[in-house]
Order: sequence, then structure tokens, then C-alpha cells
Amino acid sequence: MSTTDIKPKTKVKLLVEMILRLADDRLIHGHRLSEWTGHGPELEEDLALANMALDMIGHAAALYGYAAGIEGKEDEDYYAYFRDDIDFKNVAMVELPKGDFAFTMARQFLFSAYSYFLYQKLIETVQDEQFNGMLQKHFKEIKYHLRHSREWILRLGDGTEESHKRIQGAFDEIWMYTGELFDLDEVDQSAIEQGLFVDVTTFKDEWKNLVNEVLEEATLDVPDDDQYMFSGARQGRHTEYLGRLLAEMQFLRRSYPDAEWK
Amino acid sequence: MNTGWVKPFICIKPDYYSNLKYATLKNKFSTMSENSKNKTEWPLWEVFYQPKDGKPFEHAGSIHAADSEMALQNARDTYARRNEGIAIWVVPSDQITASTTEDEEPFFDPADDKPYRHPQFYSTPRAVKKRK
Repeated sequence: MSTTDIKPKTKVKLLVEMILRLADDRLIHGHRLSEWTGHGPELEEDLALANMALDMIGHAAALYGYAAGIEGKEDEDYYAYFRDDIDFKNVAMVELPKGDFAFTMARQFLFSAYSYFLYQKLIETVQDEQFNGMLQKHFKEIKYHLRHSREWILRLGDGTEESHKRIQGAFDEIWMYTGELFDLDEVDQSAIEQGLFVDVTTFKDEWKNLVNEVLEEATLDVPDDDQYMFSGARQGRHTEYLGRLLAEMQFLRRSYPDAEWK
Repeated sequence: MNTGWVKPFICIKPDYYSNLKYATLKNKFSTMSENSKNKTEWPLWEVFYQPKDGKPFEHAGSIHAADSEMALQNARDTYARRNEGIAIWVVPSDQITASTTEDEEPFFDPADDKPYRHPQFYSTPRAVKKRK
């Protein structure tokens, strides 16, 4: 373990891998949010969900574009449309079906809080101007997603008996997928060592505190961390849901590669 | 179960929205007024936005929301996504007192034949024109 300086080609690959991990989370989560379009509980919330979906897919597109530039790929669409589920690097939390409104908001809150701290740390760390500028731009939208979902957690938790039951159930159900957010594998380790990416475990406590605080204010019980935690999606071992999502998302592009907007 | 007339575009509504009571959050968030409390839809809010610093707020439209914070967020999502302005006001619609058509005559007609109330009615003195 004497070398910290590995070949540039490997370093570039490592950077692309980390960008794709970041981007895939956002694309898949964005796609799940987009499934609410036309099905929102109220017209205004329908718009809010579609807006967040657009934001997140936009974040992913920008990151894919950046990765494509680094790799010398012509088109960032490759990452979204021509990879199979095993090549997607998103955490399992974001690929789970949208569930009811409570589940969607519980996931949005947990993931936005995670993104909030992650982007904060990345903005402090990333040297590349283009990458950093992109992160700063997206950070503003993440702050809004966090605010919007936080307000809903408070209202659903401290609302009616039914809304309380549903949002508590949502947190209980999703909790086993929160562990993976802070898992570190060898790829993460070497990216951290080479200063390419931040160590997500450094903000785990901050994330935990924020989540605890909001759940407490919403009169909800914070689920127990001492339970089975899902892991492996970042390495390609996804839940069955991702394949179905991709089948829908990728179908048109794969079946009609030359299709164009007319 | 039919509970009466519901506005067409809000017909999809899981029952956990229809009677949010905000038991303990009431003081913190709720500005619901008495007469909107028992309805099955969220109260209506008027949205105003300020296009630029120093400019007057303009009416953008209206939205539904259960309380003021959500009204602000819904207003933002509905009317402020395309660089429309720098600040938003939301006002419960039932807090606005509006003139009625009956008020039209006494309120507005007297001004009909008083063009001299406009500065344009007066010709600009020559000396002022010259300075331009």
C-alpha cells in the first residue's frame, strides 16, 4: 500500500465512477418523482412534485454531461439509456416504488437531507471550477427540496391520525435503506484518498441530528438503526424494482434509437 | 359517498388530506380562517410577486394551501419558476375586501369627466420643454 499516486487513466475512471454514483441517485429518484405527474394529491402539490423531478433529472443530466466530457463520450444520454441495471450505481432507496404520498415525502426528506450535507461538503472540497459551479447551482434547489419535504413531514406527522399512521409507516419501511447512504466500499475509499470525493461518513451525525430533530417535532418515532440494513445497490446489486423502472425509462430510446422530437 | 359539490379539479383527494386538523401545529402554522375550516378543500390564497427590487408587487394568481408556509411554497412552485421575481406575498383570499359592482358608480364614475386630474391634461410650459 505504498502508492497513493495511481495512473491518470485510473484516476479519471475513478472520478467518472464517483460522478455516476452521484448522478444515478438523482436520475432514478427524479424518475420516481415524475411518476406523480398528473396523480398528485392536489394540483399545487402535483406541480411541486413535477418541479422536483425536473430539478433532479436536470442535476443528473448535468453530471452525466460532465462525465461524458471527461470520458470523451459524445453523448451523455448513453449513461441514462444504454446501461443495464447492474451498471447503475444508485442507492436502493431511490429506486423503490413511489408508494403513497407519505412514502414519497419520507424518501424525499431523507434523501434531500443527505444531499444537502453531501453537496455542502463537495462544494468545500471540489477544485474543478465547472464541477463546483454545477454543484453550487444544484445546491440551491436541494435546499428547497429539503424545505418542502421537511414541512410535509411536520404536517403529516402532526396532522390527523391517518396521516400520522401513514408517515410513521413510511419511515419504518424505508429505514432499512438508509444504511447504504453511508456505506464506504473500496471505490469510495480510494476516491477519498486521492481527494476526488468526500467521505460521506463525516456528515452522518449531522444528517442523523437533522432527521431526529424533524421527526421529533413531527411527533414521530425515529426507527431503530439496529436492524437489517440493505446494501449493495451501489455495486450493482439492486432491488427488483430498478429493472422495471429502466424498462419503462429506456424502452423508447433503445427500440427507436433514431427517434427525434418533431 | 357523496358529500356534496366538489370543485372538479380537486376531485382526487385521499381522505387524509381532507380533514387535516393540525392539532398542535395550529398556532405555529395555521392561518386558516373560521369559514374555511370545515370545507373539504384547502383554503384559497392570492399570490403577489415583486418583479424587481423597489417595484410594486403584482398579482400573479391564486393557489390552494393548508397554511401560510405551504401557501408560500405552492406559490413559488406555481408562479416563480421562471425568473418572475424576487419576492412573493401570499394573502388568504377571504381576507381581501373587494369593491362590488354596486360600488362602481359611486367609486369610479365621478372621475369620468375630470380629465384635469391627470397631469397630461396640462400642457408643459415652454421653458420646461426647452430644457428637455
